Amino acid sequence: METEKIEKILEENGYDRAGLIPILQDVQTEFNYLPQEALSYVAEKLEIPLIDVYCVASFFKSFSLKPRGEHLVTVCLGTACHVKRASSVLDEIEKRLGIRPGENTEDMQFTLETVNCLGACALAPIVVVDGDYYGQTTTKKIDSILKTYKRGDKKE
Amino acid sequence: MPKVTINGLEFEAEKGSTLLEVADFLGIEIPTLCYHEGLSPYGACRLCVVEIGVGENTRLVTSCTYPVQEGLNIRTHSERVVRTRKMLIELLLATCPSSKVIQDLASKFGVTQVRFKQEHNDCILCGLCVRMCAEQMDGKAIGLVGRGDDLKITTPFDIKSEQCRLCGGCMYICPACQLRCQGPDVEEAVCNACLNLEPPCLESWDDAMCYMDPCVACEVEYSRKPKVKKEKTSKEQS
Ligand code: FES
Ligand code: FES
Repeated sequence: METEKIEKILEENGYDRAGLIPILQDVQTEFNYLPQEALSYVAEKLEIPLIDVYCVASFFKSFSLKPRGEHLVTVCLGTACHVKRASSVLDEIEKRLGIRPGENTEDMQFTLETVNCLGACALAPIVVVDGDYYGQTTTKKIDSILKTYKRGDKKE
Repeated sequence: MPKVTINGLEFEAEKGSTLLEVADFLGIEIPTLCYHEGLSPYGACRLCVVEIGVGENTRLVTSCTYPVQEGLNIRTHSERVVRTRKMLIELLLATCPSSKVIQDLASKFGVTQVRFKQEHNDCILCGLCVRMCAEQMDGKAIGLVGRGDDLKITTPFDIKSEQCRLCGGCMYICPACQLRCQGPDVEEAVCNACLNLEPPCLESWDDAMCYMDPCVACEVEYSRKPKVKKEKTSKEQS
């Protein structure tokens, strides 16, 4: 485990117990998920019981305790998106990536997840990839969205 | 010192005390499940509900967490409270039908049937064990992990915690761990059989097991246990 990296994150956050969430966010950005050793290390350094750190980490959907792929694909299945046929969008993505929600593709490029409402229902159905919002998605658009992120031919 | 009215009785309560403490002091019995004197109140089971307010504007609050306020009108056994309590017990019973503590509550409050699908969970998420571990045992080995439907009590990463000294405090306080009578092996079991007036299981069993109608245990383990007479001495069923 690269303790220096975590040490640096802790330092930047001033070893502040109250700042546990921002610290975990930084750890997650660093490693793409929250490794067990990292949580133990953070708990030890901040002198918080490990269980408390674990409770926080398991509570928020944005934290992942399992390794995640390079790109996070989130499909909204909230009410508005559901009405706008988000489920068929999800089906399409599942088919394209060959994984189910909560899973990673074998090459660790993509992770698929679902959420219940992103608070942008006017754009339903919504797909978010790495924080980029794609509103009014249709099954036809999926291919081009995913292509943008496929390794090697990223457009930007 | 805030003045409150509890069941029509005027009372000067100590500042900062909870409604449950006031009722306790006055000898008014309010059932509790997730409350324990030595632990901080948590308000999870809702069993200790009381009705506060006057006229149309009443509402139910959990007495174990609600602090006294000047002029509060409290009713601990109003029709609404009693009805709610019964419903709560019924729901708890559906979640965890084999718990002796819950069965005893059901028996005490006259809940004799469960209209919900029985879940047979082994945890009702009352959080007693978590508080016991943290507050009395200085352990902090377990906690409420996840949220919503996935909420459960466990150790970090679901593996044995380094903080755990195997003191057993969590099991000692757990209302769901205390199993009710587990079948015909009466010697080894705790149960409410003595409270049964007309136990339905006597038709097919040598010994009464519970007072539930329909019998919860029989529904649970119907396939596992003999329907007709069985020798008391045999152990292979336990
Ligand atoms: S339901 Fe999808 S954003 Fe609200
Ligand atoms: S005892 Fe008050 S909510 Fe459980």
